[in-house]
Amino acid sequence: MKRRALRDEPLIFERNPGRGRRGGYLLPETGIPPVDPGTVLPAVQLRPALDGLPALGELEVVQHFHRLSQLNFAVDEGLYPLGSCTMKYNPRVCEAAARLTGFTEVHPLQPDDQVQGALRLLWELEEALKTITGLAGVTLQPAAGAHGELTGMLMIRAALQARGEDRQEVLVPDSAHGTNPASATFAGYRAVEIASGSDGTVDLAELDRMMTDRVAAIMLTVPNTLGVFEHRIVEIAELVHSRGGYIYMDGANLNAFVGRALPSAMGADALHINLHKTFSTPHGGGGPGAGPVAVSPDLVPFLPVPRVVRDGNQTFHIVWDDERSIGPMRGFFGNFLILVRAMAFILGMGGEGLREMSETAVLLANLIRHRLQGAYHLEYTAPSLHEVVLDDSLQQEHGVSNVDIAKRLLDLGFHPPTMSFPLIVHGALMIEPTESAAPEEVEAFCDAMLQIAREAEESPDILHEAPVHTPVRRVDEVQAARHPVLRWTPEP
Amino acid sequence: MAVPEGLSYTRSHEWMRREGDTAVVGITQYAQDQLGEVVYVELPEIGDAVEQGTEMGTLESVKAVSEFYSPASGEVLAVNERLADEPNLVNDDPYGEGWLVKLKISAVDETKLLDAAAYDEIVAAESH
Repeated sequence: MKRRALRDEPLIFERNPGRGRRGGYLLPETGIPPVDPGTVLPAVQLRPALDGLPALGELEVVQHFHRLSQLNFAVDEGLYPLGSCTMKYNPRVCEAAARLTGFTEVHPLQPDDQVQGALRLLWELEEALKTITGLAGVTLQPAAGAHGELTGMLMIRAALQARGEDRQEVLVPDSAHGTNPASATFAGYRAVEIASGSDGTVDLAELDRMMTDRVAAIMLTVPNTLGVFEHRIVEIAELVHSRGGYIYMDGANLNAFVGRALPSAMGADALHINLHKTFSTPHGGGGPGAGPVAVSPDLVPFLPVPRVVRDGNQTFHIVWDDERSIGPMRGFFGNFLILVRAMAFILGMGGEGLREMSETAVLLANLIRHRLQGAYHLEYTAPSLHEVVLDDSLQQEHGVSNVDIAKRLLDLGFHPPTMSFPLIVHGALMIEPTESAAPEEVEAFCDAMLQIAREAEESPDILHEAPVHTPVRRVDEVQAARHPVLRWTPEP
Repeated sequence: MAVPEGLSYTRSHEWMRREGDTAVVGITQYAQDQLGEVVYVELPEIGDAVEQGTEMGTLESVKAVSEFYSPASGEVLAVNERLADEPNLVNDDPYGEGWLVKLKISAVDETKLLDAAAYDEIVAAESH
C-alpha cells in the first residue's frame, strides 16, 4: 500500500527559492579562456537571459525526483500486469553492463579500431536476433516499436518500388495496436481495417476478398492482442504472398514464443522486436525503447544505413552508404545503451533460458485465466498465450466499470491491467503477468481480483470511491482530457 | 434507448436528418454510450467534398479514438463549432445540440441507410 505524500510536490520550477542562487556544483577553473557565445553561435540560438530556471542544490533535486518516484508505481514495487506492454523485471546486471565505460564513453565517429567492442556487440546482437526470428537481416536503429513498424513498412515500400509496383493499401485487423494503421499511413499507404473472425483471429474468407493487387502488406500481431495465436498464419502468409503482398509482423507479443516458434516459418517478411518488452530493457518512463526490425532475404538490401559488417579478419567496420538502402532512420545505431542491456539479457538467459522465459510467461497468464474466468467474463475463449483479455460485463450489472476495478487494484497494491484495449472487447481488462512475477505474487493478484468481483456485487461503492490509499486519489480523466492544464512555469 | 423516428441511420451508428437536399449528421445515443465521454471532436472543413460511407472525422473519448462516416455524398455546409469547447454535447444530447456536420447532399445510396426500426434491431443484436 502506498505511503501517502505528506505534502504536495510542487513543480521543480516552482522551487526556485528566489533567495540567491544555489547550485549543485562549482566547476573548477579550466585555464581555457572564455568565449563570447555571440561570436560563435548564430543570433537565433542566443537568448539574452535564462529566466525561471530553478537554482537548487543537488540534494534538493535528488529529493524532488525521489519523492515524485514515490508517487508512482513501478515494476520494482509489485505486479505490473499491463497487457501488451510486457512490464518485466529489468535485471540489475544488465544495468551494470550498460554502465561499462567502454560503452558509455565511445562515439560512433571514432575510428573503427578504437570501438571494436561496441561494434562487435551490435553485430552479435543482430546475429542473436536473426537466430531468434529465423530471419535474414536486422537493423537495430529504430527507437521503439512504432518506429520499427515505420522502418519495416518503408522497406516494403522500397521493395515494391524496386519491382515497379505501386500498391496503395495496407490491411490491418480491427484488433491491432493503434500504431499499425498510423505507421502504414505514415509510410504513405491507406490503412484498411479487416474484421476479426468469431474466434478473434483473421477471417480467411474476408482476407481472400480484401487481398487485391492494391494491397502492399498485411500488418499482423502474433499472437494477436487477445493473446491468441493466429493459428492460420501459414495459410494467411501463403495467400498474401501469392498475391504479391508482404507480411509485416508486429512483434510486440514475441515474448509468447521465443525459442518455440520462428517468425520466418510463419512467413514474416518484416518483424519489429520490442527489446524493451521481450528483452527486458526499461520502459514506461524508465528509459527509451528500442525496436529493431528483422527482415526476410527479399528486404535485406533495403535495410537502413549505417550498418556494422565483419571482415575476414574478424574485424568490424561501419558501412555508411548503400544505394538501395532506405537510408538512416535514426542517428547512428539507435539507442545504443538499450541495445547493450538487451544483449546482456540475451546472453544471461541463454537459448534454453529464453525458451523457458516464454513458457513461464504463458503458464502464468493461463494461471490468471484459470482463476479469474467465471468471476470475470472472457469474450474470446480460444487458448491464451502470454496474456488474457477479460472484461467488465459481469460487473457492469452492478454499475461497476473496468475503470473502477483498475482503481481498486491500486488500493490493493497492484498496477492495473491495460484497459479498454483491444477495441473489439468492450470494457476490456488485458492482463499480462510476464515470466518475472513469482507465482505467489500472481496468486495474490488473482485473490485481489476475486475480492474486487465480490465487492462489485456486495459493496460497489468501495469501487466507485477507489483509490483511497494512493497519494493522488481518483483523477477526473474527462476534465483532464477536455481542459488540460499544461505548464512548466510557476502558477501565475 | 429509444431510437428517434424520422431519421436515417447507418450501420456505423450515424444518424441523418434530411430537409430537402441538406442534412444534419450526428452519432446515435448507442454510439455515444459505447464510446464513453467524448473529449475531442475532429470535424471536416466547410466546403469539403464527402463521399457516402467514407471517414468524415474522428471522435476521441477517454477510452478510444473512433472515426465517423458520412451517411451521404455531398459537401460540408457547416460544422458544429460548439464542440470545440463542449465535446460533451455529443454525449449529453447526441440527436440535438451534439450534432456534428451539416451537408448539402449530392447523392445518397438509400440501400445503405436504415430506418429507426431496422437500426434498433442492429443495436439490440450488438448489445445482446
